Amino acid sequence: MNHPSKSTELSSLLLSSPSIDQIGALERIARIQSRSIKGAAKLQGLRMALSMIDLTTLEGKDTTGKVRQMCYKAQHLHDQADGLPTVAAVCVYPSFVAEAKKALGTSGIKVASVSTAFPSGQASFEIKRLDTQFAIDNGADEIDMVISRGRFLSGDYQFVYDEIAAIKAICGPVRLKVIFETGELDTLDQVRRVSDLAIGAGADFIKTSTGKIQPAATFPVVLTMLGAIKDHFDKTGQMVGMKPAGGISSSKLALQHLLMVKEVLGEAWLTNEYYRFGASSLANDLLMQYQKQLTGRYQSATYFSID
Amino acid sequence: MSTANWDLDPSMESTAIVQLQPKYDLFIGGCWQKPKSGKYFATYNPADESVLSEIAYGNQDDVNLAVEAARKAYNEVWSKMSGAERGKYLFRIARIMQEKSRELAVLETLDGGKPIRESRDIDIPLACNHFFYYAGWADKLAEAFPGQKPTALGVAGQITPWNFPLLMLAWKIAPALACGNTVVLKPAETTSLTALKFAEICEQAQLPAGVVNIVTGHGDTGAALVANQDLDKIAFTGSTAVGKLIHKACIGTSKKLTLELGGKSANIILEDAPIDQAVEGIINAIFFNQGHVCCAGSRLFVQESIASKVIEKLKFRLQSIYVGNPLDKNTDIGAVNSKKQLETIEKYIALGLEEGAEIFQPTCNLPSKGYYCKPTLFTDVAQSARIAQEEIFGPVLTIQTFRTLEEVVQKANNSPYGLAAGVWTVNGARIFGLSQQLKAGVVWANTYNKFDPTSPFGGYKESGFGREGGRHGLSAYLQFKN
Repeated sequence: MNHPSKSTELSSLLLSSPSIDQIGALERIARIQSRSIKGAAKLQGLRMALSMIDLTTLEGKDTTGKVRQMCYKAQHLHDQADGLPTVAAVCVYPSFVAEAKKALGTSGIKVASVSTAFPSGQASFEIKRLDTQFAIDNGADEIDMVISRGRFLSGDYQFVYDEIAAIKAICGPVRLKVIFETGELDTLDQVRRVSDLAIGAGADFIKTSTGKIQPAATFPVVLTMLGAIKDHFDKTGQMVGMKPAGGISSSKLALQHLLMVKEVLGEAWLTNEYYRFGASSLANDLLMQYQKQLTGRYQSATYFSID
Repeated sequence: MSTANWDLDPSMESTAIVQLQPKYDLFIGGCWQKPKSGKYFATYNPADESVLSEIAYGNQDDVNLAVEAARKAYNEVWSKMSGAERGKYLFRIARIMQEKSRELAVLETLDGGKPIRESRDIDIPLACNHFFYYAGWADKLAEAFPGQKPTALGVAGQITPWNFPLLMLAWKIAPALACGNTVVLKPAETTSLTALKFAEICEQAQLPAGVVNIVTGHGDTGAALVANQDLDKIAFTGSTAVGKLIHKACIGTSKKLTLELGGKSANIILEDAPIDQAVEGIINAIFFNQGHVCCAGSRLFVQESIASKVIEKLKFRLQSIYVGNPLDKNTDIGAVNSKKQLETIEKYIALGLEEGAEIFQPTCNLPSKGYYCKPTLFTDVAQSARIAQEEIFGPVLTIQTFRTLEEVVQKANNSPYGLAAGVWTVNGARIFGLSQQLKAGVVWANTYNKFDPTSPFGGYKESGFGREGGRHGLSAYLQFKN
């Protein structure tokens, strides 16, 4: 593994990480959650959320059949309703990238592949490199890597930084999302530190969780990560994307997250270029609320395809 | 998908729940009595300048009748009742207030202009909690002051301000009644309606006649109350100027006095503060209730090494502050309480420009009717500028920088006021160090504008004397025998 001499850069990054006051963060969130999102704004928000989904299947029992069905759903969320957007991407294991790519064809929906020994990241760098290269060779548009949480928690920030930078070098133009697995980190201070570190090392997106550990994309964690993105933008003018994953399964939560993005980062981030929801079950709740908002009536859940 | 504007739709709280009478009389001796003056005045909704109701204008005769009624209730009923029995009435009042909380919240917003989010989530719940809290003390006064034989003072005259009408009423009436006193309360002339609703709640709770009397009116009504010779106590919350007049009027009388007056409180951000939460704290400190808060963090001190960052963040944050109709659930800053107050604030904004400070106001459309003021930041403010010294009582923040802790303590204390202060740092030792040196009755650490019935509140210097809230709040309504 290449260890470029970036230690001064890294220490200045970490020095600039501000502390996060948990109680203050919760208060900020409560203010956002007390907002009332109704009428046209709700409809617009639901459509926006649908277009930002990374429709995900990451199971040991995944098969090509399952992936093909999910890819169809990604393009046809609910054909009974007119003018719905498609999701932003599907997210799969590297071994299903080729199949997903084929199934999505020219739809414009991206294929994101997890990599670097997802979800634990407990493998040699050589394996992580090969894992990533394999996904890219199969046509992945985006790579969702995991950081080495053990190394981070033991204070080996340089290792984590270098690993991200090395994977970013392999990715080239392929967009890199860096997963922190915040459920394994202890404090919001650490969430902020790892956000600054990953952004400094070249992450295009920062992502909360693998979906395998609870808690996942909690509001305080997401708020803290958005704060890091904002500070980076203020300093450099570069926009880094955000992907909360795991735990956002209802429309209400999704809309509150979008409002948090609007208030913390600004409307420029309200596009799937810079914001994604990693979710498997969110789409149907959004669809159900969307239909309710249009017709004034709830439809039974059985009218919405589960896959 | 390209980005688009995503603006929230209005989300209006219904006013259907509020039952208002076209005209309100005085609540004296348990019944509604016409004012001896025969005069009434209109109370307006500051959000659209519409008339909500007509209110009796009490004069000296009305005040004297009310004090007589309170004295009679004290002598014949309230002073003879056990603490436990008094507590039952207070609990009953608290429960009825809770049941009517939605109506009270909407009415508070209609009459005062504050956002429904605040009246619903802060004012009314806190007011109820004050009654619950002091209800609990009513039968434990001997335990609260062991060996001191606490007894009631008698009849208290109480004058409340317009910024937190029902909450300030609760701060005054709940401890007074719990301690065994009876009261005559004069609410602020622009915001009497929730006090009149409270009178209805006292009726519903079957509180003995005369224990609570509400005499509405203007400043001269308040002056008449202070002038009454048969009061044992005056409690006033309001401006320092009026507080001084009341203080003078009470000298040489047997009236005990507590004053909760103005402020120009310092909010201090150190360079190791949790910066994003501090920015939020600055917003809450100055823009809570349109800045109509005696303890508002109206003087911001930021350590110079982070000042530009904090100011940039504040300006950005102000873009997502919603200013407008207070009944909209998304409104953060509602209407200024009265035309007069709006004029005062505008006068100070003009003064700030004259004094050479740099102004920042976010772009936002204010409603065409009603009294509204944009949230305002002044940077480059000198300690000697009047906008940094005088209480503005509006959404106007002055920002000064400092280099050392010693400097900021000196500047923060360099004020005739001393109500509250805020300190933002992750360093615990520094919090204790600073809070010991700041001459303020309340110091918040890494938060601001937090109120709780169990916590005493009150000022140093010209911000007043006496404490309200907590066990301390009881002693303002008791006398002791040692």
